[in-house]
Formats: sequence, C-alpha cells, structure tokens
Amino acid sequence: MTRPPLDYLLGSDGVRADATLPLTWFTLAISIIVCVIIAWLLWVGVRRARANGGAAETVGTPLEPEQGRGLSWITIGLAVSAVPLLATLIWTMAALGHVVGPPRRSGMTIDVTGHQWWWEVEYHGANPSDTFATANEIHIPIGTPVVVRLHGGDVIHSFWVPALAGKTDTIPGQQNIAWLQADRPGIYRGQCTEFCGVEHAKMGFEVVAQPANDFEHWREAQLQTAPPPATPQLIHGMQFTTFRCGLCHSIRGTDAASHYGPDLTHLMSRRTIAATTLPNNPGALAGWIQAPQGMKPGTLMPDQHLSGAELNDVLAYVETLK
Amino acid sequence: MRQPAYRTPRIGESTPELRARLHAIWETAPGWRGWLSTVDHKEIGLRYIVTAFILLAVGGVEALVIRLQLAGPDLHLLTPEQYNQFFSTHGMTMIFLYALPILSGFSNYLWPLVLGSRDMAFPRLNAFSYWVYLAASIFLYSGFVIGAGPNDGWFNYVPFAEKDYNPGINEDVYALGMVLLGISTTVGAANFIVTAFKMRAPGMSINRLPILVWGTLTANVANLLVVPAVSLAFFLLWLDRQFGTGFYQPSAGGQPLLWQHLFWIFGHPWVYAIVLPAMGMVSDGLPVFCRRPLVGYSLVALGTVATMILGFGVWVHHMFATGLPALSLSFFSGASIIITFPSAIAVFAWLATIWTGRPVITTAFLFFASMILLFVIGGVSGFMTASVPVDWQLTDTYFVVAHIHYVLIGINVFPVVGATYFWFPKMTGRFLDERLGRWNFWTMFVGFNLGFLPMHLTGLLGMPRRVWTYPEGMGWDTLNLITSIGSFVFAIGVLIFFYNCWKSYRSGAPAGANPWDAPTLEWSIPSPPPPYNFAVIPTLASRHPLWEDRLDESEARSSLDRGMTLDEGKETIITTAMDAEPDRIVEMPEDSYAPLLLTIGLAVLFAGLLVKLWLVAGLGGVGCLAALLLWLWPRQEMRERSPEPRKIGEPAHG
Amino acid sequence: MAEHALARPGQLAVGPIGRNGLGYWGVAMLIATEAALFGYLLFSYYYNGATQPPGWILEPAPKMFPAVPNTVLLLASSGVVWWGEKGIEAGRRGQALLGFGITFLMGAIFAAVQIYEWLIKPFGFAANSYSSLYFTTTAFHMAHVIAGLIILAALFGWTALDYFSPRRRIVVSAGVLYWHFVDVVWVFVFTTYYLTPYLGFGT
Ligand code: HEA
Ligand code: HEA
Ligand code: HEC
Ligand code: CUA
Ligand SMILES: [Cu+2]
Repeated sequence: MTRPPLDYLLGSDGVRADATLPLTWFTLAISIIVCVIIAWLLWVGVRRARANGGAAETVGTPLEPEQGRGLSWITIGLAVSAVPLLATLIWTMAALGHVVGPPRRSGMTIDVTGHQWWWEVEYHGANPSDTFATANEIHIPIGTPVVVRLHGGDVIHSFWVPALAGKTDTIPGQQNIAWLQADRPGIYRGQCTEFCGVEHAKMGFEVVAQPANDFEHWREAQLQTAPPPATPQLIHGMQFTTFRCGLCHSIRGTDAASHYGPDLTHLMSRRTIAATTLPNNPGALAGWIQAPQGMKPGTLMPDQHLSGAELNDVLAYVETLK
Repeated sequence: MRQPAYRTPRIGESTPELRARLHAIWETAPGWRGWLSTVDHKEIGLRYIVTAFILLAVGGVEALVIRLQLAGPDLHLLTPEQYNQFFSTHGMTMIFLYALPILSGFSNYLWPLVLGSRDMAFPRLNAFSYWVYLAASIFLYSGFVIGAGPNDGWFNYVPFAEKDYNPGINEDVYALGMVLLGISTTVGAANFIVTAFKMRAPGMSINRLPILVWGTLTANVANLLVVPAVSLAFFLLWLDRQFGTGFYQPSAGGQPLLWQHLFWIFGHPWVYAIVLPAMGMVSDGLPVFCRRPLVGYSLVALGTVATMILGFGVWVHHMFATGLPALSLSFFSGASIIITFPSAIAVFAWLATIWTGRPVITTAFLFFASMILLFVIGGVSGFMTASVPVDWQLTDTYFVVAHIHYVLIGINVFPVVGATYFWFPKMTGRFLDERLGRWNFWTMFVGFNLGFLPMHLTGLLGMPRRVWTYPEGMGWDTLNLITSIGSFVFAIGVLIFFYNCWKSYRSGAPAGANPWDAPTLEWSIPSPPPPYNFAVIPTLASRHPLWEDRLDESEARSSLDRGMTLDEGKETIITTAMDAEPDRIVEMPEDSYAPLLLTIGLAVLFAGLLVKLWLVAGLGGVGCLAALLLWLWPRQEMRERSPEPRKIGEPAHG
Repeated sequence: MAEHALARPGQLAVGPIGRNGLGYWGVAMLIATEAALFGYLLFSYYYNGATQPPGWILEPAPKMFPAVPNTVLLLASSGVVWWGEKGIEAGRRGQALLGFGITFLMGAIFAAVQIYEWLIKPFGFAANSYSSLYFTTTAFHMAHVIAGLIILAALFGWTALDYFSPRRRIVVSAGVLYWHFVDVVWVFVFTTYYLTPYLGFGT
C-alpha cells in the first residue's frame, strides 16, 4: 500500500519525523492499551449486573454497604498509570531535544512566507545576485539540514510537511524557525494547517528532495532570468503578460515585478499550479488563467476574461517560462 | 413593615397548613407577568435547559450539513465561505451556547434542592443571568442568519479576524456577542460560588457536598477568574476593528500571539468547566444505580479541584506550534501529562463503584457507565497531544477534532442525557420512557463511535481540520464517509431523546418523590418540587440522608421532616461556610422585572455599539443604570431609622 | 436507636447585620472578577511590551506631575470613605455624610485630573499598541471611578434619607469596599504605566 500523501503514522522520511514517529507509536500504543483495559473492566463490571431494569428494579435492589476494597482501585490505578506517564514524559523531553532547534551545522537557509493562499519561497546564495524566489515548491538537497525561516505575509498560516517534520506557524511580525532534512529523494506533500481564510483548504505545497547534484542543477536553472521571446506571438504574449499579469506577478528579466502573487519566472518547472490545486499542464493552466475563481473559489487572483487570442498569446509565452 | 433584627426560628413539622402558607408566599404570579418576572431557580433552570437543548439541535444540524459537505472528496454543497461560517458557528454554539449553559441549567435547578435551600443566593441575578444568555444567543445568531456569522473558528485567531482581512460585520457580531455572553457567565458564577458557601442546609458541611456541587463550584470559580480574559480579548479585537487600535497588529506594535494567550488562558480552564459539573452528575448518579455510595468521595472531590488548579497552567498546549522557546514548551507539555492523574481518580472511582456495587441497568446507568469509556478515549487522545513532538504532527488535524468530540460529547452530552433520564422524574413528576431510552442509548452510542472513532485515523493520515473540501487520493474518502454516516445515526439518537422528552412530559408514567431510591436531599421532596422546595429546613447528619437507616454508618440520623419552618416571609436559612452551622435568616427577593429591564438595556447598548449608533448605545447605557438603581435600592423592610427600635430581650451588642 | 440531628439555633439575625450578609459576598465576587480583568489588561501591556523593540513606549519618562499628587489624592480618599463608614457604624450621620461627600469630591477631582492627563498626552488613542493599552487601561479604571462615584452619590443620598443604622448598613460596607478596590487597582495601573519605564521596562 502506498502511504497517503499527508500521512505521518505509517512512515517518515526525514530526521525530525524519524525522531517523532516512534514516540507517536508509543503513545498511541499506550492509549490503545489503556482504552482496552478500561473497556474490559467496564464490560465485565457491567456484565455482572442484574438484568435490565427500570425504577422498580433499582428500588428493589438492596444497598451494598461501603467497604474498604473500593479505594484500592484508585491507588492501584494511579500507580499503574504513573509508569507509562512517566516514561512518556521522559521520552517527550528527549525527543523534543532532538527535533526542536536546527543542528548547529546546517547546510542552507531559505525563507518561506505564507500568503493567503500560497507559499513564497526565497533562496539565498553567496552573493546577493544568487537570490531568487519561487512558489509552492521547495527543493532541498537530501542529507543536509535546511533551515526554514518562516514569515507571516498576512494572517497566520502553518508550515507542515508530515513526512519530514511537524508543524510550525508562520506569524506576522515574528520569525519562526523550522528545519527539514530528508533522508531520501522524493516528493513530499506539505499543507497549511492554521485556518487562514476561505481557501485554507487549498494551500498546499510540495517539497522536492533531490541528491545534491540535481539540486545544484535546479538551482542554477532557477537563477536564470526568463528567456527573451523569439517569435512575434511570444513578443506579443510577453508584452501582454507583463502589462496585465505584471500587476501582481514578477517574471525576472521582464518588467513584471510585483510580488503580490507568485513569481512566475520558472512556472513551467513546477509540478502544480495554485498551491497544489491543479496539475501543471496546458489545459489546467489555461483554465486557471481564465477562471481561477471556479477552481479555487475566493482566491486572490481574479478571473482574467481574456479573449481567445490573448489567451493563446499568454499561454504560449508562459509556457516558455521553464 | 420593618423586620425585627433577631428571631429564634420556630421548629416544626411539615404540616398541610404550613405547606399552604409557604406556597402562598413563594408562588410566582400566574400568566405572562409571572413568566417575565419570576426568580424561581427551578423555572430558570428549566429555561436554561430547554434553551441549551434547542441550541444543541441547531448546532447539531449545522454539523450535519458539514458532514454532508465532507462525505466525499470535492463536493460543492457549500461554498468555502459558507463552510467556514458553518463550522465556526457550530463550534461557537456548542462550546459557548450549549455546553456550559446546559450544565448551569441543571445546577440551577438542582443546587438548592441538593443543598436543602429554598433558592439560590441571588435569585434576581439568576434570572438576569438567564435573560442575558438568551439575549446573547440571539445576538450571536443574528449575524449567522443574515449570512455574516463568525468565520474564523471558535477561537477566532487574529490577524485573520481583523478588519484588513475580514471586512464584514461577522467578527463584530461575534466580538460583542461574546462580551455580552461573558456578563451572563460571570454573574452566574458569582451566584453559584456564594450559594455553595452560604446556602446549605444545617449539617451539610463541606465534606458532605454532592460531587455535582463540587464540580459546578470549581467550574465557576474558574469562570469568575478566566472569563474576563476572553471578554477582554474580544473587546480589544472590537477596538482594533472599530478604532484602528493595534493591540494585535504587528504593524502598530501589537502582537498576534497576545490574542492566543488571552484566549487560551481562558479556553483551557473553560474546557474543564464544561465537563467537571457533568462528571459530578455521573459521580452522583452512577452510585444510585450501583446501589452503594461512591467509592473515594474525598479523593474524587479533591481530584475535581486539582484538575482545575492544574488546568490553569496548561494553556500553552494549544500553542505548541507557535514557535515558543523549548523551555516553556517542556513545562506546559509536562503539566499537560501530569493533569491526567486527577482525571484518572474519577475514572477508577467510578469503575470501583460499579465493581463493588450491584449495578442495575437503566438508561441513565447506560449513559453514565458508557461515558467512562468515552472519557478515557477522549482523555488518552489528549494525552497524546500533550507530548510536544507528537502534537507538532497531530495539531490542527482531525485527530484533534476527534479528541474534542470524545471529550465534549463523551463527558458532556452523554452525562447530560443520562442526567435527564435520572432527574426528569424530579423535574416533571414523570418517568422518561425506558424502552425508548434503550433505543436512544444504543443509537447514540453506536452512531457516535461509528462517526468519531475512525476520525482519529483520518487525522493520523494527515487530514487537516477546517478544510471545506479535500481532493481525492489522500486516503481519507472512506473514513469521511463512515464518519458522516455515523453522525447521522447519532443525530437520530438525539432526535429519539428529544421525542422521548416531549412524549413523556405529556404522558409518561408518574414518578413519586424518590423513584430511584436515591440518597440525596432532592429526593426527599415531592416531584415536581413545590415553589418553596422544603417545607421545613432539613438538618443533615451524613452524605446520604435517605440511605442512613440501611447503610447504618453512624448513630446520627438526618432530620428531614422536622426543622425550621421559616414561614414569616420569603425566607430561608444561611449557614457558615465550612461547617454549615445556622448563621442567619435571609429574606429572599420577590419576583422582579429589574433583571429583564437590565437585560433589555444591555441589549440596546450592544446593538447600538454593533451598528455604531452611539446615541442608541448611550440610551441603552442609561437604561442599564436606571435598572440597576431600581434593583439595588435598599429594601424598605431592611431599613432602619435611628434611634433603633429595640426589642425586649435583644442582645445588647447589636 | 439512632439519634436525629436537628439544628435548633437560638436567636438568629434576620437579614444582613453589619457587613455580614450575602450582598457583601456578592461585591467580593464582583471585585474578584474585576481584579482578574485588570490583571489581564496589565498582562497585555507587559506581554506586548516585552516582545517589542525599544521605542514602543511612546513616553519613556512619564511626567510625575500631576500623576503622583493625583494618586495620593485617590489613596487618601480611601481613608476618608473609611472614616465615613465609621460614622455609620457609630450612628453619627453627620460624619458619614461628610465622609461620603468629601470622598465623592476627591474622586471627582481625580477623574478630572485624569481626563486632563489624557488631553495633554503627546500621543493619541490609536498611535500604537502602547498608546492603545495606556488609554484602554486608564479608561477601564475611569469607568470604575465613575461607577464608584455613582455609588458614593447613592450612599450619600440614602444616608441623607436616613436609610442606615449601625446594624443595617451592608449597602454602605459593600459600596465602601468597592471604592477601596478602585483605589487599590489604581496603584497597580500607576506602577505599571508610570513607574516601570523608570525601572527599565520597555526602554
Ligand atoms: C471538553 C473537555 C476537555 C477535556 C476534559 C480535555 C482533556 C484533555 N485535553 Fe483537551 N481539548 C479540548 C477539550 C478538552 N480536553 C478542546 C475543546 C480542545 C481543542 C480546541 C480546538 O483546537 O478547537 C482540546 C485540545 C487539546 C490540546 C491541543 C491540541 C492541539 O490543538 O494541538 C491538547 C494538548 O495537549 C489537549 C490535551 C488534553 C489533556 C492532556 C487532557 C486531559 O485532561 C485528559 C486526562 C484524562 C485521561 C488521560 C483519561 C483517564 C486516565 C486514565 C484512565 C489513566 C491512564 C491513562 C494513561 C496512562 C494515558 N487538549
Ligand atoms: C459540545 C460540543 C460539540 C458537539 C455536541 C458537536 C457535535 C458534532 N460535531 Fe462538532 N465541533 C465542536 C463541538 C461540538 N461538536 C467544536 C468546538 C468544533 C471546532 C470548531 C472549530 O474548528 O472552530 C467542532 C468541529 C466539528 C467538525 C470539524 C469541522 C472542521 O474542522 O472543518 C466536524 C466535522 O465533522 C464536526 C462534526 C460534529 C458532528 C457530526 C456532531 C454531531 O454530534 C451532531 C449531532 C446532531 C445533533 C445533535 C442534532 C440532532 C437533532 C436533530 C437532527 C433534530 C433537529 C430538530 C429540530 C431543529 C427540532 N464538528
Ligand atoms: C490581482 C492580482 C493578479 C493578477 C492580475 C494575476 N494574478 Fe495570477 N495569481 C495571483 C495570486 C494572488 C495567485 C496565487 C493564487 C493562489 O494560489 O491562491 C496567482 C497565481 C497564479 C498562478 C499559479 C502560480 C503557482 O505558482 O502556482 C499562475 C500561473 C498565474 N497566477 C498566472 C497569471 C496570469 C497569466 C495572469 C495574467 C493574465 C495573472 N496571473 C494575473 C494574483 C494575480
Ligand atoms: Cu494558510 Cu491555512
Ligand atoms: Cu487545553
């Protein structure tokens, strides 16, 4: 069976999740055992009961006098409970120490900002020109801890990649730190988990963990600016896109430079559009540009109502943004 | 007429003449006048109960719509905005308008009866508390019915609740409504606390209080201290929204997390406040059907209080993911794990009571006994979230939704329904139908577990809460469908319950004074109780006045049909706080319109604030002032003019 | 044969005597919940202040005049009202009237000075969260002062109408208790907003 995308019970793929998983199972097992024991005690206790009755039966049953043996239930019960509780307490503190802070030697640091209802991701390099932004898809090299500085762009969101680590909120006016370290390559689903408005449901993202080489390639590619348009249609498409879409989006290498919406410079390199709402294919893209409100009702990108020709030009251009 | 300052109360038997005289003194005027002005705790308690049950049905129907929307992936029954208003209103209704008021209703009805008093300490405040609760419910729902209900969840995090992100009137209604409701809760709390300490029958020393009283008392001490936190939080939010202040706005030097602290400093004690009285009901009701006293009375009472004391110190477990320092996380995590102990006391005490007793299976017993299991299931899921690293995965998933429904439905709804089966005969003089009762129980029990047990797994497989829909292929489809089906089965159970109440109220089998052969004071008087409750004030010699002869634990016997008659006015007795020695005779207030008038004044005030008609608000404020002065005007018969009239034989110290 | 416990009290007071009555408990409850309210207000101040960079406090060196004399005035009024209550206890109506009357005046002056302070503050209500907290907290206190003044006026009127006696005076005792509370709370508010900046908080 394949694991559900947001599962964190059946497996883990990153250092922090690895440290949490056994504790999750441990507490779950204790919980189930406690429930089974109590259910059994209750069942047997009640089964000894007199037949089903009503008021008459109740009134007719003589009273049991108070006896000493009742109290020992409480003392024994508390004493037995103390053992798993104490164990949990100790394990919790130990595990917390493992997962809480980023390790002192971290590979890289990225900035992630939660927006209604998409994720802005910023990478930094040795010099300022090595900085670039992308959206809704975070690439990390495997085997190295990646520190994620979390910022709140508007309201509170929460950053969660269950296979790799637990949640950390992104809060306006405050910088929180999370860190991720993937054990093996893979595509891990993430999701906003703090209620943030109408489309809180559709505020997903993906973490793509790759070997260091592949990651470097990806990074190199992302640093490129958008290719210049080569055909008249593309030129027209670019002009229209920077004029219209540039109100909210930026495409590095063109005049489109607004940061209200996701950076589109390498849109076509992403697997999904609109925070995992749709797969990134031409049909979905066309549909999204024309009528995002139909696919993600309430999203802050308005329907564009382009004419057929405009849409074709825009699509043709946008599809060059690899 | 002026009262003499001192009197030796007459001791007498409960005779027909005495009862007739008391009836005349205590009776509420017939017709709408009496209806609007009554201060009888039984009437007020019943109103609380009925109103809260109606709101349970309303909140439940909202939940059913939610479940329809979530029954499968990518459904479009509701728009996202509608969905958000539905789940927020559902949470608000259940937590604030059902869960506490229902318990206040039962306690209001039962307290004077179990304490051996003729009313609560402040009957008019009691009436006021109900009227404001009603007004606040209508106020809070006024937004929802015009499509502007709360839309930020019941705990309403900022900055999403701020005007920048939430420009409609939704959050203004919620904020002001919560401040209004806070007034009701607070005055109710003050009334319960003073009643518990002063209004007990002689001999009901503090170690003889029924656990129900312990639970409600503890809950209300907490309310008195923490409700101001949430009222303030909402008031500051309203200021932010109306006047552009920046309490929660980082751009203005404010702090979004301030909201979360204020809210959860209130919120966590509150979630115990809405279960401790219900646990008290079980502690008092279960033993009756086990035919023996509760095991470990003192420990259970102590556990109740300890739960609350620890409960003041765990609020940060709702904020584990907000980036707080590890040290504070460990502290609150530890405290949340430790809080399991006092809860466990009650669980083992109930189990021991069942094991060492001779249980008789009635519907009430089934509800009480099954609650033990539901409590443990809900409790252990809380224990899991108490561990920080685990909570970082669990928080804000359906696992937490499962936790809250197990604790809320398991420890509030189940005991409350059980309590209704148990005390309905006292309240109405008629039994609820037992056969319907079995159907009621099994549909509720099966439906509930069918619906909510799988929800734990939904959460463990990663389904976030508060999502209006979810895509296919996430592994949640079947689980959600099962949950939706279970919810409807559960709802049918609730429907059977309501039907049973309605039918039995009209034609149930008559029940006598003590149909279950229960041990406590409320069962020593007729069903339904007369307006004055006790014809003579009883004197207690043990915790189980009606079982004394059979348990034979000590020599002393309570005195139930001989005692102070206190029939020279609308009087009852006040006793000392710990030992319940007779202290003073008090004159109880007559029925009064002041509470209703004050409520109307408040409603006008809040409505004016909401629509920003400051003049209307001002008028409401003046109305409140007038009603308050009318209310507090010193009573004629308590006044004296100097020189004091001295009675012969009056002690000189005066 | 088991013995019946039966409470057979001797002479019992009817209704409240002195300060011993339900109303006094009621006011104590009111005070408890209001004290908590002020606690949360001050918590909000300290919490926001502790998490903000320096400069958050818009008036890092609050002026001590007229705040200090005004504080002394308010505290002194607690003594006066106590003296008025003693008047009731001793059956000296004149003393009581004088006590309540002077307290009323002192409270009114306090309120007037406080309003003057509001007017001369160099910042407005919504300037930042510090100013909002300052005005909200002092306004909450002001609301309590006004409630206290209404109570004092009522006590004055009722005393003039000769409603009270040494024995029947719970209303007086409860009202006076409330006024003490208004004064004590001010000490905390004053310390927080006027003194802690000098001790280094938030600066
Ligand atoms: C209604 C009452 C109620 C009760 C009684 C509880 C009881 C407990 N709750 Fe719960 N809780 C809520 C209502 C309640 N809760 C609500 C409404 C929320 C969510 C709010 C929201 O987000 O909407 C919440 C959320 C909540 C969270 C935050 C989760 C999150 O958002 O991430 C946490 C975290 O620690 C928690 C913990 C606990 C604990 C440790 C207990 C303990 O008191 C439980 C103790 C009891 C037992 C454990 C069972 C009996 C014990 C034994 C039989 C002994 C043996 C047991 C063991 C060895 C484990 N609760
Ligand atoms: C006492 C508290 C209480 C109770 C009883 C319930 C009862 C139910 N709850 Fe609720 N729930 C909460 C408290 C409660 N809930 C809280 C606090 C939240 C969090 C909100 C938030 O996130 O902000 C929540 C959230 C919540 C969610 C999560 C929403 C989300 O995160 O997106 C869901 C989803 O399944 C749900 C379902 C249900 C269901 C199916 C019931 C069922 O038990 C309902 C059963 C139905 C009835 C009781 C009605 C039966 C009556 C009739 C059918 C008769 C109608 C007749 C007349 C009108 C006369 N609840
Ligand atoms: C008013 C602002 C606005 C305008 C104008 C606008 N967009 Fe957007 N766009 C957004 C926002 C906000 C989002 C993020 C939506 C979400 O995920 O909820 C977005 C998302 C997108 C995405 C998905 C990006 C991703 O990484 O998933 C694409 C593609 C896109 N827009 C293309 C366009 C094109 C093409 C145009 C012009 C024809 C356009 N947008 C015009 C605001 C705008
Ligand atoms: Cu962003 Cu939820
Ligand atoms: Cu809690």
